[in-house]
Amino acid sequence: MAWTREDMARRAAQELRDGFYVNLGIGIPTLVANFIPDGINVTLQSENGMLGMGPFPTEDEIDPDLINAGKQTITELPSTSYFSSSDSFGMIRGGHIALSILGAMQVSEKGDLANWMIPGKMVKGMGGAMDLVAGVKKVVILMDHNARDGSAKFLKECNLPLTGVAVVDMVITDVGLFTIDENGATLTELAPGITIEEIRERTEANFKVADGLA
Amino acid sequence: MKKTYVDAAAALEGVTFDGMTIMAGGFGLCGIPENLIIALRDSGTENITAISNNAGVDDFGLGLLLQTRQIKKMVSSYVGENKEFERQYLAEELALEFNPQGTLAERIRAGGAGIPGFYTKTGVGTLIAQGKEHKDFDGETYIMETGLVADVSLVKAWKGDKEGNLVFRKTARNFNPMMATAGKITIAEVEELVEIGELNPDHIHTSGIFVQRIIQSKDLEKRIEKRTIRAQGE
Repeated sequence: MAWTREDMARRAAQELRDGFYVNLGIGIPTLVANFIPDGINVTLQSENGMLGMGPFPTEDEIDPDLINAGKQTITELPSTSYFSSSDSFGMIRGGHIALSILGAMQVSEKGDLANWMIPGKMVKGMGGAMDLVAGVKKVVILMDHNARDGSAKFLKECNLPLTGVAVVDMVITDVGLFTIDENGATLTELAPGITIEEIRERTEANFKVADGLA
Repeated sequence: MKKTYVDAAAALEGVTFDGMTIMAGGFGLCGIPENLIIALRDSGTENITAISNNAGVDDFGLGLLLQTRQIKKMVSSYVGENKEFERQYLAEELALEFNPQGTLAERIRAGGAGIPGFYTKTGVGTLIAQGKEHKDFDGETYIMETGLVADVSLVKAWKGDKEGNLVFRKTARNFNPMMATAGKITIAEVEELVEIGELNPDHIHTSGIFVQRIIQSKDLEKRIEKRTIRAQGE
């Protein structure tokens, strides 16, 4: 039984610490906000210029001047502050954000990340992703372990244009959790019912297996 | 000198020309200068280079200028919400320069502040770094990025006074304050144009020195891209 998107988000939420300023990317990372552990107080930063993001609005609360970086309507909290895009990226690039949780197309065993374009096919842009991975202290990736066609996404080298070099600290997929440091990647957790052998078959990247993981 | 104009078309008079570079504020469709974009379309100005974080959607925002092929080049960080844009780009009908969002914001801020270049670690080792000067500071590698200015900046604020002082609201602020500083001519449209003295000087986000022309917005749509709600009581 592989991890669901919710399971992956719940696991990522365990990386949160009390007092953290956090930036959540679009897609599965947005779900992490639903699983913030009890007793942990974190402040969500939205790179379009908001610190202290509240929940989605009710119908009555919708405000076109108040959106998150995924362009979804959102609400503010009593502690919220607003600022310009340059101030926002000053926070990000300046190392003031503790944790960034992002999606990915590909990750390499050295922690390289590709998540912004497929040459000749898809042109969306990097948005704030390159700034986030360059400036935020810890980068956690949430992604499906394999692409829809079954190909590996956790690779020796990314073959798509990079978002950042050696920037990823942790990868959480539907089958397990890997940490990455200067010594390479290590599989440290398995989703229920998933075997190390199965992960090896579905992964191109080289990785060590943490002691005690069977 | 009077800064107020009757409408967007009047405010654009005498400042547009083919091949010009514009900046347009906004993040997605939030905080975009709606009236001014429509007036720029109606001006018929061609071969525009547009510096804007996004490209609007097919039928709103800068998407209106893409439909009419008035834009020859976009400088943006994310254009994923505009299918016509993607089509024109993949067909090589439109030039595109992607900038990381924070680099784009800082290039505009720098341009407005008289800083021709700066170093950032964003994008080191990626396509963005190709052809750019690299320099090490304290053992870490950075790339040089240049400041940006525009012939005309189009910005949107919540309130403004007749002196051009601007106040933004919530996340509609985004790129507008920096772009206001980086236009050779900056035109602001505001939801409430008030008399001098009605804004608290301590609450002004952009000083009137950066704004040459100002208009009261009319018939704002303020379209929402992704209306996301939670159930009552949830």
